[in-house]
This record gives sequence, structure tokens and C-alpha cells, in this order.
Amino acid sequence: MSITATAITKTFGRTKALDAVDLHVPDGKLVALLGPSGSGKTTLLRILAGLDFADRGSGRVEFHGEDVTDTPAGRRGVGFVFQHYALFRHMTVAENIAFGLTVLPRKDRPSKAEIAVRVDELLRLIQLPDVGGRYPSQLSGGQRQRVALARALAVQPKVLLLDEPFGALDAQVRKELRGWLRRFHDEIGLTTVFVTHDQEEALELADEVVVMNHAKVKQVGTPQEVYDQPASPFVIEFLGNVNRFTPARNPLPGTGDNALYVRPHDVDIRREPAGEHSIHARVAHIFSAGSSGRVTLVRADNHDTIDAEVSRARLRELDLKVGDEAWIVFRHIRLFPAGSYTERDVVPDDAHAATTDSGHGI
Amino acid sequence: MASALSNLQRTVSAPVVRPRALRDPLWLRLTLMGVAFLFLASFLLLPLVSVFAEALRRGVGAYLESFNDPDGWHALRLTLLTAAIAVPANLVFGVAAAWAVAKFEFPGKSLLITLIDLPFAVSPVISGLIYVLVFGAHGWFGPWLSEHDIRIVFAVPGIVLATIFVTFPFVARELIPLMQAQGKDEEYAAVTLGANGWQTFFRVTLPNIKWGLFYGVILCNARAMGEFGAVSVVSGHIRGETNTLPLHVEILYNEYQFVGAFAAASLLALLAIVTLVLKSAVEWAHARRHG
Repeated sequence: MSITATAITKTFGRTKALDAVDLHVPDGKLVALLGPSGSGKTTLLRILAGLDFADRGSGRVEFHGEDVTDTPAGRRGVGFVFQHYALFRHMTVAENIAFGLTVLPRKDRPSKAEIAVRVDELLRLIQLPDVGGRYPSQLSGGQRQRVALARALAVQPKVLLLDEPFGALDAQVRKELRGWLRRFHDEIGLTTVFVTHDQEEALELADEVVVMNHAKVKQVGTPQEVYDQPASPFVIEFLGNVNRFTPARNPLPGTGDNALYVRPHDVDIRREPAGEHSIHARVAHIFSAGSSGRVTLVRADNHDTIDAEVSRARLRELDLKVGDEAWIVFRHIRLFPAGSYTERDVVPDDAHAATTDSGHGI
Repeated sequence: MASALSNLQRTVSAPVVRPRALRDPLWLRLTLMGVAFLFLASFLLLPLVSVFAEALRRGVGAYLESFNDPDGWHALRLTLLTAAIAVPANLVFGVAAAWAVAKFEFPGKSLLITLIDLPFAVSPVISGLIYVLVFGAHGWFGPWLSEHDIRIVFAVPGIVLATIFVTFPFVARELIPLMQAQGKDEEYAAVTLGANGWQTFFRVTLPNIKWGLFYGVILCNARAMGEFGAVSVVSGHIRGETNTLPLHVEILYNEYQFVGAFAAASLLALLAIVTLVLKSAVEWAHARRHG
């Protein structure tokens, strides 16, 4: 079932949480709402669920073409999973999962035996067949989140909405559960929207990423699209590490009044000068204890730092030591008009960059 | 408050092994314990014992004889009736107020919280006077009420109203911090799973607050049965009609019927002890479940 939200505006007091946001989630896709905290992504998800409503007179939410803007949450057919699980603490796991079935009107309610069968199926689906009799407080965080998912699925929702589903878990469990959710989605093909502030999670897990900031959608695309063709300085900065140069400190000639962005993995290090585009620098720090080598260099002319990420083989080949001279070559850069450039901590007003074609590869 | 107390109980009952560096010298521990016990004994235990001692001063016979007083029995019945109306009323109002405060944002919320505390802040005598000023013969509604032959002040309705007013905060105050701490996510989850308002309340909210609610009701009941000041102002002290047990004790005492006064007081003390035992049982059961 596809989801379409049109012109959703939501204000809390004087702050705008969502500013005329449009969203389309195609049927059967796994879509990530990605953004920093305060970008409005959770509010948007809650409005899709019917736990919150857009400002009066604004916006429209449709499930598969059917207007559900004013439909209460319980009748939208959504499964909602909360960041902190929100399991019913006084009920056993089995009772939690059965809850959605036991509150059905008497005529639609399955018999006790049918409910028990369904609960067993779901417990097997989340790979926790033996925890039905336990209380939520007796489970680990990862187990609780899977139970919460089973509870949401028990009512056979048409859409699954997850609010920072892995936010409260530690790194190891988060990685495991992430892979599990992807496989799970591929198996049952339920239209799924999840909220996250973790770009790695969004890029790795989703079919489509919706990047949000300051109450607006900044870019929509596949993980590769948003990573390789960021529409604005905000998107390029938010999706992973990037070296950033203001026009005044721009190391390359001929880039005009543009801010220059280059990913660390697009930075190559040479031991000899390599033409007019190579930048003279000195090695400040080498970090080689990962899957790739990371080198921090300091420009010889103005002491700006540049981060480079090279393969371990390349790092061995270069045989760099801290203090060595080196020359830097950018393999791929992105330019954004200087007017669109703002400091990291300031509200990025990148409407200009988003409407004009802003990315130029060299 | 309930959870803080049960935490305290748990710490006391578990054998606490303190590291040597944190252990206080024996004389200091004994002194502190001695001071605490002495203080409790002289200010709490002694008066309680004296109530029973005075009541039994002329022997068990005289003690039992003093219960042979129809006015006394009427006072007991009125006290129980008042509590039986005031406590359920405050149960409903208290849950509703706590629900509103903890789960919703609305203008005037802080005003509501302040108002809930009002009965604790003002003297009970003032609380009683309010009702006399509003419903009394010369009060705002006095003429209208007497026209329709409705008596509130110096009658049972006044006593009940004053008791409800004085005991209002107990349930609400107990529930607000509890419900705020528990948040709204479980209710939201219930709603997305298709539960309606009543199902959400009875199957999710109520089970989560039941211990706090029970505790609040017990305290509310204790105060409802023991309230003196506010009730004294609105009751009119009519024997066999508008005297509650606390007021009856005062009358007997002023008439130098010491055995009768203390016998009635011993009844109130017994009711209080039953309340305390119930309260401890609730805390114990709660601690065991969540310990």
C-alpha cells in the first residue's frame, strides 16, 4: 500500500515542525526519513500514523489513494513501533502481542485458540519462540524491540512505521537488528517507513532515503543518489564525512565564488607534485587500525586540515610518516554557490542550491 | 512517594554490606538510632498508647459500656458514610485530574496543578468557612437553597462536601508524578493497535497506576475519616445528626466524659492502624512484584 502526504504543515506553539512537506512512499518499499534531531521526521511519521495531526486546513494523507487525513490511528491499519518499545509492562510478551486482536469488536475477534496460534507464529517470526510467558522487563533491548514489532504485525497492518527503532540499542545489537529488518522486509514486502538520524543506517537499509532538515524535505532518492548527487551543502555534510572549503580558502584555481566539498575517499595522496591541481601538504596524523587508512594532512599554505581515506594497500605503498611532505589530488569534487554556503551550526538556507543545478563534478 | 517509601523498605530489609571505609563508628550508629527511636516513641507512640490507656483506665467493662451510646454509634456511621462518599468521589476526580495533567498539554495547566494543592495549603477551618459562606443561610446560594428546602450547611451534605474538599489532593498528587514518569507511549501503542478510549484506560493505564492509586486512596480514606477542622465548621455539632467521630470525641472530652472520649478516640486510632497496615501491605506487595 502506497502512502502519499501532501503539503503537511505542523506548528507547535511558535515553532514549525513541518513546513508544507510532501512525501510519497511507493508500495512495498522500505523508506528512511533521515535528518538531524528537530528536523521534523518523527512528527511526520506520527502524522502518517494518526498519532498527531497536521495543522487545521493544511495537508492531506492518503493510503493507496484513499484519504485518511482525519481517520483515527486505530482505523488506519498502521503498525507503529516506538523508539523505547512502549511494551505494556504489566502484560506478558504473549499478551502484548495478542493485545491488538483482543481489543477487536466481539464479532471480528478471533477465538482464544486462534489468537494463541497467531501469537506463536509471530514469536517464531521474530525468532523468540520461548519468551511468550515472560514480562518485557525480563528481555534485552533487542528482544523487546522485536516483540514490539510482532505486536504491531499481529493486527496485519497495511503499513509499518518505525520511530528510531534501533535508537535505544547498543551498536552491536543495532547492526544485527538492522540486517534482520532488511531481510524481514524483503520476505513480507510490507510498505515500511522508518525514522533515523543515523545516515549509515539509512543508506544501508533503505530503498529510498528522504533527507529532512528544518521542517522541510531536502532531497529524496535512492541511497546512491543522495550520496553521490547531494542537492545541497546540508545533504553532503549530513551524509558522511566531507572536507569543506569556503571560496576564500579554496585550494583549487578556477572554481570561482563557490564552496568546495570533497569526500575523504576522493582525496588521493602523492609523494611528488602532480601538476597545478595538486596541493602541497604535510602529514599530521595517520590512523591505520581500520578497514581503510585515514590520513589527516595540513596544507602548507594556510594550515587547513584535509582528511583523506585510502585503502590499506595504498597506505603501505605510500609509506607515509607523520611530518612527511605530500601532495594532494582531489579525484572528485562538488561545488555549491557561495551564497548557499553557511556555517555548520547556522540554519542552512539552501533553497538556492536546491533549486538550481548545483553539483558539478570535475 | 509510594515508590520512594518502598525503595527505603527494600534497602532496610536487604542486608546492606557497607565497605569499611564508609562504616561509621558503633557509638555514632547507636546514638543516631537511639535519637530516632526516642523521638518516635515520645511523639508518636506515647500518644497512641495513652489513648488506649485512658480508654481502659476504668477497666474493660467501663470501656465496653461507653460504646453503649446511640450518639456514638451514629457518629461512627456518619464518619463511615462520609468516607464512603468522599473517597470514591476523589478517586474519580483524582484520576481524571491526574490524567489531564500528565497526558495533555493545555492552557491553564499550571493553574490546575496549583488548584489541586489548594486544600493542602489553606487551613481546614477556612475550607469549612468557604462552604458556610457559599451555602449558608446568609451565603450566596442561601436564599435559593432555603426556598427549595435544601440544607447543605449544618447537615450531612455540607460535611461530605467539606471532606471531599480537604481530601481532594491525595489521589491526584500520588498519580501525577507516576503518570508523568510513565509517559504516553503505551497509550499511543494501544491506540495504534485499535483500542478505544475505555479499552486503553482499563487495560493499559489503570493497571500501570493501580498501586499508586491504591496508596492514594488509602491516604485519602485516612484523612476523610479523621478530618476535624473543616467538618467542625460546617457540621453545627448536632448530636445524633451531624456529629462525626472526631467531633464526637471533642464533645465527650469537653463534657469530662474521659472514658467515653478516649474509647471513641481508640476507635479512630484503630481505623488509622488498619489503614497503616493496609498501606504497608500494598507497599510490600508492590515491592515484591517489582523488586
